[in-house]
Amino acid sequence: MTVQTDPRLLLLSPDDNVFVLRGAIDAGEVIMVAGAEVHISRRLGLGHKIAARFIASGEKIIKYGAPIGSTFCDIAPGAHVHLHNLASDYTPTHSLTESHASHDAAMKGSAT
Amino acid sequence: MTLTGYSRADGRKGIRNLVAVAYLVECAHHVARQIVNPTPEHAHLIGFPGCFPNAYAQKIMERLCTHPNVGAVLLVSLGCESFDRYQLERITAQSGRPVRTLVIQNDGGTRATIDAGRAWVAEQAAILQGAEQVPLALSDLTIGTVCGGSDGTSGITGNPAAGLAFDRLVAEGATCIFEETGELIGCEGIMASRAATPELAIELRASVEKAARYYATLGYGSFAAGNADGGLTTIEEKSLGAYMKSGQSQISGLIKPGDIPPRGGLYLMDVVPDGEVRFGFPNISDNAEIVEMMASGAHMTLFVTGRGSVVGSALAPVIKIAANPHMYDRLSEDMDINAGRILTGAASLTQIGDEIFDAVIATASGQPTKSEALGHTEFILTYKSFEPLGPACLPL
Repeated sequence: MTVQTDPRLLLLSPDDNVFVLRGAIDAGEVIMVAGAEVHISRRLGLGHKIAARFIASGEKIIKYGAPIGSTFCDIAPGAHVHLHNLASDYTPTHSLTESHASHDAAMKGSAT
Repeated sequence: MTLTGYSRADGRKGIRNLVAVAYLVECAHHVARQIVNPTPEHAHLIGFPGCFPNAYAQKIMERLCTHPNVGAVLLVSLGCESFDRYQLERITAQSGRPVRTLVIQNDGGTRATIDAGRAWVAEQAAILQGAEQVPLALSDLTIGTVCGGSDGTSGITGNPAAGLAFDRLVAEGATCIFEETGELIGCEGIMASRAATPELAIELRASVEKAARYYATLGYGSFAAGNADGGLTTIEEKSLGAYMKSGQSQISGLIKPGDIPPRGGLYLMDVVPDGEVRFGFPNISDNAEIVEMMASGAHMTLFVTGRGSVVGSALAPVIKIAANPHMYDRLSEDMDINAGRILTGAASLTQIGDEIFDAVIATASGQPTKSEALGHTEFILTYKSFEPLGPACLPL
């Protein structure tokens, strides 16, 4: 029995609870994730991850068949798995996302 | 194809025959750079910026000045720095290489030192170009691997393909080095299970645990902001992707920067300093890792990149493997291999692994890599401190 999944989603190991995107998925697309329809609200880039099933807060995310960190909120099937719901079990992750967002807002403000 | 290389007195063989021009403190950097500038194809710039003595930097510079790709060495000293230029010159001379030291404070200042240096480099380059070559086997080669500018594609295309190439090279008797224990956090268990001996397994695990402690103290993992933009969320995730570069071979040993593996096989390089946290981040950017593998004898480096690093290296060519097909489209002039074709279905992992293996042979035969042809000769060396290797780290 095969459960229908969008061909752009890659399961790297049978134990994984996330799919890896082998191509970008645009905002507004409705894709199949393990037999269920999922509405994609934000564009997701190549190499990003989405949940293969419901994942409860505190569960480990498994990729390559190995844990890559713990979730800190519930994740719906097909939802983007990234910095907003997954944290390292070792050292925290540094990103420029917040600085980038406030930069864009500030630059927009100064242009008007 | 029969490969040839340059024979060195220590038994190793080079795939390039370069003049290394080394500044021994930042204050001599400009003069050294001006010496190299007219002849970038024959002379490469290396150096250490610090004015305080450091055993690690001394060892790395000694290893680089006696690197198999180096045929002659010019040392450029300001004159008052703490670097032991006498020992560096002595060790280089003992390796059978022509070596000369210019001291800016004694040799007439900037202009006179540049002129003297350029004349010496031109003379040596002419001799090196006419040097005889000897047959070179794959088992004569040492190959390093790094990943830089990683994204969510690195661990599923370029890194496992580099791992397949490593497996073929190790089977041919080559020496292969993978590194950055700080990017193996989370892989310590699976990696230890590949150790040649139970004692080595303990050392491998300990090296990653040391890295985890070190980075935890610093407050940042070996994880750049661009990694997250590319879909990587945690250091463990980046680590598992990076770990794929090591392939499937048995791990023969654990080395520290500048230790030369005693024979062929796969080695992990422990790049995180020993003791309490000092001098800041272990490797402040990718070239620091390339430099350390060169110091352990790497003739060339396989560099897997998802976001699109464009760096090369002084002394040892860098083969650039693009993991991300979209990045490849933008930066194809900088990339030697398009491993992104695995994602688009245009090539299999095995095919890309074979392409990387073939690129290693082409590079060893003298064909310039993309970064080499573009003139990339990045180099960086900073402060570190290490204790000697434990007895279980090297194969008997």
